[in-house]
Amino acid sequence: MDKTIASLSAAISDIGDGATIMIGGFGGAGAPIELIHALAERRIGDLTIINNNAGNGRIGIAALIDAGLVRKMVCSFPRSSDPRAFTESYLAGDIELELIPQGTLAERIRAGGAGIPAFYTPTAYGTELAEGKPVEEFDGRPYVRERWLKADFALIKAETGDTHGNLTYRKAARNFGPLMCAAAQTTVVQASTIVEPGGIDPEHVITPGIFVDRLVEVTNPQQEEALIRAGATFP
Amino acid sequence: MTSDNKLTNAQIAWRAAQDIEDGAYVNLGIGFPEMVAQYQPPGRQAVFHTENGILDFGEAPAEGEEDWDLINAGKKAVTLNPGAAFFHHADSFAMVRGGHLDVAILGAYQIAQNGDLANWRIGSRGVPAVGGAMDLVHGAKRVAVITDHTTKNGDPKLVERCTFPLTGVGCVTRVYTSLAVLDIENSRFVLREKLPAISMEDLQALTGAELVLEGPVEELRVPDL
Repeated sequence: MDKTIASLSAAISDIGDGATIMIGGFGGAGAPIELIHALAERRIGDLTIINNNAGNGRIGIAALIDAGLVRKMVCSFPRSSDPRAFTESYLAGDIELELIPQGTLAERIRAGGAGIPAFYTPTAYGTELAEGKPVEEFDGRPYVRERWLKADFALIKAETGDTHGNLTYRKAARNFGPLMCAAAQTTVVQASTIVEPGGIDPEHVITPGIFVDRLVEVTNPQQEEALIRAGATFP
Repeated sequence: MTSDNKLTNAQIAWRAAQDIEDGAYVNLGIGFPEMVAQYQPPGRQAVFHTENGILDFGEAPAEGEEDWDLINAGKKAVTLNPGAAFFHHADSFAMVRGGHLDVAILGAYQIAQNGDLANWRIGSRGVPAVGGAMDLVHGAKRVAVITDHTTKNGDPKLVERCTFPLTGVGCVTRVYTSLAVLDIENSRFVLREKLPAISMEDLQALTGAELVLEGPVEELRVPDL
């Protein structure tokens, strides 16, 4: 078994118009910039993007939005140091927003990957983000029912992967990676290093390879925050 | 003490820090609440949680030493203390919702006397953003707010009912303001401490709900910072 794909473009060649795509990362940590830019070059549109944020500056998810490729953003915090791309599209009515509390977003993705169609959480009870959602009492406290969240594709940045798809992450860049890998029909990972099976100590595997479909090696990947600070743009 | 007889943000943060026990697991909201970490009393060491996936992070690194994969929920660069741990978002919010955090300290636009908190959105305009606030207020064992006592326009932030969109219902138990410390008990603001320089009448006039006296009101004393 070898899940390695030779090029970024080949790894995402079957993503089509209207796809729902989970993209890992919290702020710049874990943002798979090379995969996102490969996606932007495909010029497919009508995308639904699931991420904690909604792009920063003129690169990454913001570049997808600037190019008019995103129909809907599903996120918890569509603000950043430079949120122009999303803010302008949203205020112009060109992009839909589904705003989800961060922990509910994470748990909905986890549930999607774990085959759990719905769950109850105390989060957002009594607020406008719970409007229209069923509420039930457990042990005297009200909880809001939330549904699983799944995607056609996940684009994830890992530190080391082996050819079976086992992954490790780098520091806080882990964030949504393990959850999204499990919740997508097809999971595409860019890893800084790809090693042979056995090259990652099984005790250290964070995402088991069963959740990963494709890996591309991107040595010395770009870091979104560093690019933002340098004023980078894409294309 | 500042010249206009109210505490600075640093002083409010200092006062809140005095109530955090040694070894407590604590989440501090983005911005002003982050200052609380600087004022832990000597001999006490809390463990700080950041919802993007770190337990026991430390101070900001020196300029130029930042690692942008090592950030807090406010996307600021941090360092790690010995014994730190990384984890994914579902584990992070299991810590939050599962009741494993001892204290969450957040900012506020409004706090109601029944413990309702509004801190994520002022009206229906602009781009809404919520982050982890709604999870935190229903997770931590103790949810405290630090805030100026009034808005910049002088309107009360402590009110009978919130008029801004809610973050959580009945969740806040203690409020540290620029003028006073109050507990929320049985849907009332119970005054615990106030600045000696302000009279009860003036404090009540700046508060949009009844201040209840129950037991002694201590003097709110904070060092110059």
